Amino acid sequence: MAGGGMKRSLLHNLRILLGAALSAALLQPSEAAAHLVTTGMGPVYDGIGHLLLTPEDLVPALAMSLYAGMRGRAPGRRALFLFPLAWLLGGFAGLSASGTPTFPLPAISFLLLGALIAADLRMPDNIFTVLALAVGIMHGFFNGIALKAGPSGLGLLGIMAALFVLVAIVSAFVLSLKPPWARIAVRVAGSWVAAMGLLMIGWFFRGQG
Amino acid sequence: MNFLTWGLAFALYLAWPASVLAHVEQGQAVGFITGLEHPWSGLDHVLAMIAVGIWGAQLGNPALWILPVTFPMVMSLGAMMGLLGIPLPGIEIGIAVSAILLGTMVLGEVKPKLYIAAVMVGFFAIFHGHAHGTELPAGQSGLLYSMGFVIATGVLHGIGITIGLIHRWPAGKLALRGAGAFIAAMGFVFLWQAVA
Repeated sequence: MAGGGMKRSLLHNLRILLGAALSAALLQPSEAAAHLVTTGMGPVYDGIGHLLLTPEDLVPALAMSLYAGMRGRAPGRRALFLFPLAWLLGGFAGLSASGTPTFPLPAISFLLLGALIAADLRMPDNIFTVLALAVGIMHGFFNGIALKAGPSGLGLLGIMAALFVLVAIVSAFVLSLKPPWARIAVRVAGSWVAAMGLLMIGWFFRGQG
Repeated sequence: MNFLTWGLAFALYLAWPASVLAHVEQGQAVGFITGLEHPWSGLDHVLAMIAVGIWGAQLGNPALWILPVTFPMVMSLGAMMGLLGIPLPGIEIGIAVSAILLGTMVLGEVKPKLYIAAVMVGFFAIFHGHAHGTELPAGQSGLLYSMGFVIATGVLHGIGITIGLIHRWPAGKLALRGAGAFIAAMGFVFLWQAVA
């Protein structure tokens, strides 16, 4: 019994170590290449513009909203509040970080969220919450790094506000869809997002991402 | 607003020149347009995509949407193989054979088990992805090219499905079988060109 417990504990620690090593490898910084949006209307609007004109961020945000809508009211409400908040927190973490990860993490969001939508995969609400938090923090982290040289914290607030509106509209739209074909259309859109994720990974390895 | 309006608005957004960026970027909108145009530039790809849509319509639910979901995902896998430099022998032959077999399926209104249809479509998608998904002109955005490419492929499937809706009428069934025969015949032309 004691031996079994020790083995479980060892495996648990090993998993944590592997997770930490993988995270460290993925978040290895490289030179930042930010493309900031200047709207001329102040940092909050610059942040909104950044989100709306950056497909790497906008598509996963839309995908998360679609998936939240597919999962129903309760997950939709969780995503509505937690996803923008996680994005903001990740953003503040990014403001104090340097460089960007070398691995194309946004491509992983595309692939993961797209596959979840295409499969219309049901998952426990808690796991959905973790997913929304993880995706939000990751993209927010990148935004934080990118916005450091521009609209900074106020830009992140603009992004959070835009995300709140985006998630509210898109997830409510998906929730309202009644005909079966409409849900299928959402799943097809998810498969497209996943396909883009795969291609992004390919472009990254080819050096054209 | 219907899906078409949303789709058009989204396409307009993607094609919008990024003139408000602080850094002068080039090739962003062009990448999307290039990706959007590319699947239409090869008749072999166009006919195979439309055949997938028509066959899905003939098979009915759930193949109607499973085939067009399977195709772009596996096609991207093929494109990724190409981007990673993994060679795939006989690409042009594979594409030509895809037109022949998919056309034949439509011609004969063949109704295999769903997984067999999905595997068949997925198998040929690798060839199409490997051949067409990797041709990004220098200086253009890979992401936007990918978006355009995937969306255009999906639109071609949509056209095939829409054409396939005439399957509910007897004359429509006949017309679809005729379309299948045409696609298969064109597949033989592509095969001839590939091996000649």
